Amino acid sequence: MKILYFAWLRERLNRGEEEVSPPPAVVTVADLIDWLAGRDEAFAHAVEKRALIKAAIDAKLVTQAAPIAGAGVVALFPPMTGG
Amino acid sequence: MDVRVQTERFDPGAELNAFLSASNGAGAAATFTGVVRSKPDDPITALTLECYPELAINQLKAIVTEATGRFDLLRATVIHRYGTLAPGEPIVQVMTLSPHRDAAFKGAEFLMDYLKTDAPFWKQETGPNGTHWVEAKAEDDAAKARWA
Repeated sequence: MKILYFAWLRERLNRGEEEVSPPPAVVTVADLIDWLAGRDEAFAHAVEKRALIKAAIDAKLVTQAAPIAGAGVVALFPPMTGG
Repeated sequence: MDVRVQTERFDPGAELNAFLSASNGAGAAATFTGVVRSKPDDPITALTLECYPELAINQLKAIVTEATGRFDLLRATVIHRYGTLAPGEPIVQVMTLSPHRDAAFKGAEFLMDYLKTDAPFWKQETGPNGTHWVEAKAEDDAAKARWA
């Protein structure tokens, strides 16, 4: 699946997107964040404030508890500050 | 419903006139325009908005649908820009149409409160001391929560 990053998360990771293949044990968005943090120290540092991270699956806003099975694109980003 | 997410500058007055010209005597139209702020004690030279356009369109459509049902709006338009903007430039415009002013005002306020926390835009300010990401504010969450 493809992962998109936005705003300061994108900056801290120094990439806007990447292609990943998480193992079957990675069930939810929260699991995915844990798995990504486990492979990459920079990622673990960037998502230190884990509860702040918001997510979307295939351009639909979801919670971190949402299952990622069948997802094409998962987006991870900080709280939104538009308007 | 008209939802637009764009980098191009828009003309707030022309947008309002177009909105009103299709109002068919509805009675009440409310408009909110958000512009890039630069205060003398906290000047900025540029505001850059990052956006996830596909999600922004989905979110704004959902917010407009919710507002339309809740306040019985006849019509609502949201225009939101992203990219790099200068102080004084319009960022966002919300327009609502209803038979009476109360619903038009409330609908516009609801749309702004929701889009501030639920639409995927991220602001970055550039000023004399460099560039920084604008932090999400607790009062924006509180403003949204009062509609729950």
